[in-house]
Amino acid sequence: MEFFFQQLTNGLAVGGIYALIALGYTMVYGVLKLINFAHGDLFTMGAYLGLTVLASLGLHQHLGAFGGVVVLALMIMGLVGVVGILLDRAAYKPLRESPRLSAVVSALGASIFFQNALMLVYGARYQYYPKDILPKTVINILGMPVPLMRILILAVSILMMAGLQFFIQKTKTGTAIRAAAIDQAAARLMGINVDRVIMLVFFIGPALGGAAGLMVGLYYGQINFTMGWVYGLKAFTAAIMGGIGNIPGAMLGGILLGLIEAFGAAYISLAWKDAIAFLVLIVILIVRPTGLLGERVASKV
Amino acid sequence: MIGRIPKRFFVYGVLTALLVSAPLHLNNYWLDVLNNVGLYVILGLSLNLIVGHSGLFNLGHAAFYAMGAYTAAILNTLFHIPILMLIPASALTAGIFALIIVRPIIHLRGDYLCIVTIGVGEIVRIALINDIFGITGGANGIFGISRPILFGMKISKPDEFFWLIWIFVAITVFLFYRLEQSRFGRALNYLREDEVAAEGSGINTAYYKLAAFVLGAAWAGMAGTIYAAKMMTIAPESFNFWESVLMFTLIIMGGSGSIPGVILGAFLIIGLPELFREFKDARMLVFGIAMVAMMIFRTGGILPPRPRKYPIDHAQEGSVNP
Repeated sequence: MEFFFQQLTNGLAVGGIYALIALGYTMVYGVLKLINFAHGDLFTMGAYLGLTVLASLGLHQHLGAFGGVVVLALMIMGLVGVVGILLDRAAYKPLRESPRLSAVVSALGASIFFQNALMLVYGARYQYYPKDILPKTVINILGMPVPLMRILILAVSILMMAGLQFFIQKTKTGTAIRAAAIDQAAARLMGINVDRVIMLVFFIGPALGGAAGLMVGLYYGQINFTMGWVYGLKAFTAAIMGGIGNIPGAMLGGILLGLIEAFGAAYISLAWKDAIAFLVLIVILIVRPTGLLGERVASKV
Repeated sequence: MIGRIPKRFFVYGVLTALLVSAPLHLNNYWLDVLNNVGLYVILGLSLNLIVGHSGLFNLGHAAFYAMGAYTAAILNTLFHIPILMLIPASALTAGIFALIIVRPIIHLRGDYLCIVTIGVGEIVRIALINDIFGITGGANGIFGISRPILFGMKISKPDEFFWLIWIFVAITVFLFYRLEQSRFGRALNYLREDEVAAEGSGINTAYYKLAAFVLGAAWAGMAGTIYAAKMMTIAPESFNFWESVLMFTLIIMGGSGSIPGVILGAFLIIGLPELFREFKDARMLVFGIAMVAMMIFRTGGILPPRPRKYPIDHAQEGSVNP
């Protein structure tokens, strides 16, 4: 029972991270119908920038453990968000009117660029977060020990997702984003500044991805310049699982994928962990061709 | 009549002559690079059938390549069947694998198909690493694959492989050119441009998509056999996601749906990193920038396909009875 509970909490924490990254894929896809393959590397960038800021400013020494991490997270989100906007300007904006596969190649190129830029700046070896930032408290839930870190990650990701959901559904700017996602031309005619919406989407998505990168750094303690491929691919899988372009779908897909992986690794086989995740995805897509919460627009055969 | 031959045919002729004379003036290192280019031309053309002609988003082509390479390697090392005799077997395995895998997912929309093909590629790679059925040799792969023998001649040096690979390329180009001009090729183009209209005109879209996938996969399987014969050892990491990305990129960069474009794309994808060697560690960084820049400045690829032309036969036109 305890083993099961450990896997459950671990799966939920990892799922929360996947969900945060998946939101970036799904938001960009919703507005631009573009798969931003460089998103995973923006996530890595968040992890590395977090390490740099932590090492150079020592926020947790001045502001206390939690205050320091909150300020750090806000700084990283802002920085990675700006990089996201720059990425859009440089690599995607010139390709708005071109065939979609060209934009995909541009995205793959941008991903290679970021990955190698990070490698050149930080080196190819693993980098380690200082161990003493957050206290390694273990708390008891129903008599089972759970590391505080896992609960924090899950809580923070749910908080961010709830905030995003509120922003998208209830505010005027959120309505503009939804309108641009449905029909860009019509949104323009209604006086919505679609270019600003795209800029905003390219800020929010990478900001959430950067926050996820910071969480991975704090949770696992070690980061590598190639980890964006794996996390990006998983999060993209999660976004597709939930129905790409659909924000609650990305959250559901992320959590689900985290759980599938945790239980698959624990009860079936650790070596086949990644294969199980993809297999479940394929089965879901065979049954529901546009994902769990996606609209039904698949072509018939 | 000579005046009627388009100028580009002279360019093709000169380039072919240069290529054929390559073993005379290139050293073994550059011949080997050229052999790699040839392999990627075959792979690119096979993927071009799926991505370029039919417009299906496939980012997992390395899975079919791996299928062919492993089929050949396993049969060769276990039963000592000459490797070139195994080309049909590899094609068959890769083709049947594609048929089984792709049949249930062929109706997925573009981006959903993309992640599924990525997933299939990853599943195949993980299966190979985990030594599925105990015959793939795990993460180390398979070694001791025998050299190909053709007409009693052992092929082992780069210049000998040059002929094997580039003759295979020539056959591939000829066959794929004929396929492009056929009813089959036109049907694929139609469903790429407008699936609903194609279906409305009586094209069985599911059948044609599946046929394109199976044919492309079978061809990649054959390329896998040649790769196994060339390297003598294969490992799962030779067929990772990055390989699929390379194949995909070379098509879009060169000109999706165009045979000369794909050939040029293969030269660029293999050649550019060689040229960027002087940037040392920043080589891949520059490569990434080049990918983005090339897409921005040549959106449709460097040599996009020429529009189809159906010349009117003037001799016949004149003799039409009033």
